[in-house]
Amino acid sequence: MVHRISGLALAIFLPLHFLALSLAIEGESRFEGFLRWTDRPPVKCAEVVLVFLFTVHLLGGLRILVIENLDWREGQKQLATLAAAVSAIVAFAFLVRVF
Amino acid sequence: MNVRLYVWQRATAAIMAPLVLVHIAVIFYAARRGLSASDVLARTRGSIAWAAFYGLFVAAVSIHAAIGLRNVLHEWSPLTERRAGFCAIGFGLLLAALGIRAVAAVVLP
Amino acid sequence: MQNKRENARPQGAAARMHSELSVSLWRGGEHGRYETYGVPQRESQTVLDVVTFVQRHIDPTLSYRFACRVGICGSCAMTVNGKPRWTCRTHVAKVAHGGRLEIGPLENLPVIKDLATDMRAFFEKWQQAKGVFAPTKSRHEAIMPIRPDTPARIAADAAIECINCGVCYSACDTVRWNADYLGPAALTRAWTLINDERDGGNTARLQAISGSGGCHACHSHQSCQQLCPQSLNPTAAIAGLKRRSAAAYLKGEITA
Repeated sequence: MVHRISGLALAIFLPLHFLALSLAIEGESRFEGFLRWTDRPPVKCAEVVLVFLFTVHLLGGLRILVIENLDWREGQKQLATLAAAVSAIVAFAFLVRVF
Repeated sequence: MNVRLYVWQRATAAIMAPLVLVHIAVIFYAARRGLSASDVLARTRGSIAWAAFYGLFVAAVSIHAAIGLRNVLHEWSPLTERRAGFCAIGFGLLLAALGIRAVAAVVLP
Repeated sequence: MQNKRENARPQGAAARMHSELSVSLWRGGEHGRYETYGVPQRESQTVLDVVTFVQRHIDPTLSYRFACRVGICGSCAMTVNGKPRWTCRTHVAKVAHGGRLEIGPLENLPVIKDLATDMRAFFEKWQQAKGVFAPTKSRHEAIMPIRPDTPARIAADAAIECINCGVCYSACDTVRWNADYLGPAALTRAWTLINDERDGGNTARLQAISGSGGCHACHSHQSCQQLCPQSLNPTAAIAGLKRRSAAAYLKGEITA
């Protein structure tokens, strides 16, 4: 479920991400203006959430690839929890770096 | 979800796994160094490598997200499979178009 | 004799039991309601004992299924406090927290009445998944020896003990969300046949489980594996099917 929700959230975010990057077409200052806008704390918090969703979706996907292609191993639920925990750590590291 | 969609979904996922790791590293690097727009663009403009990297990423994610969305629509919305498929294709094309535009924006000299 | 047994019961057990269970049972069809009954709690009582008590002593119009009562046939599967289980193998003491039980018919299947469901869709999907042996030899040919220690036979044996109780089907999120999905039991049976050297129907079978409601719809949530009373692992069987199906598709043996 986390995997699905994170996927949906990322799918909604992506067009916005692409649009933001496309601002560079209009010139550096426009893009720079946007980057400055993203320096605000609420935006930075949203970015931390995005990094979390991104990482948890990646790790969830890797977990699925493991279940489907490698021999069965016990403790799948624990693996899933571990994936979420690692994602949280990665997101936290990002948080520390941007503030 | 059938075998053809499954193969494309898993294949694009496998392609993207290393791309995602590089992208996360790029995000961290840019955040750490506090890169400005001109810093970023100085690195990306005219770069074949970045064009190839992000071009591939855009192609893969457009397919991957479209198939994922199709599944979610089929399972969680009242849409029929055909309609869910059309919506998904539409979304995939949107992502691809916006994505190529974004890559062009930062890569073209 | 009776007195001797009661004296032998440890004090702790008597103190822990509630004197009466509050049991909510689903009554009616698809649009019924839960009705609550008081059932005396006994030692080593199973949920099936509770349902039987209601039907025999309180309301004879209650409909439910059972057969062997000893955990072999799978007929008594119902939803107990939200999870599908064999009621004859579910001890009340383990699930009735606070002396309450909520018992309903199996999920994902149409309700006939009260606790009995219409399992036709379950069996029809078994057929759709080609869970049927396709022989390659006749009685006039020599019997094919099957070694029990080949990887294929080990895989088939690990998945073969399904008795069609419907617990996995009832537990599965994908069955709930996707009406076409063949379900864990049907796919597991297909997996055992795919691993059966004597069977000749694999191309058709792989085609049958590779379509819209086939093995690829599984999200590996693993409710089936966690709840199967026979300790089978449909998630692993379905993972095997996904690999076989993808390989066959890439080789051009089946189409999407």
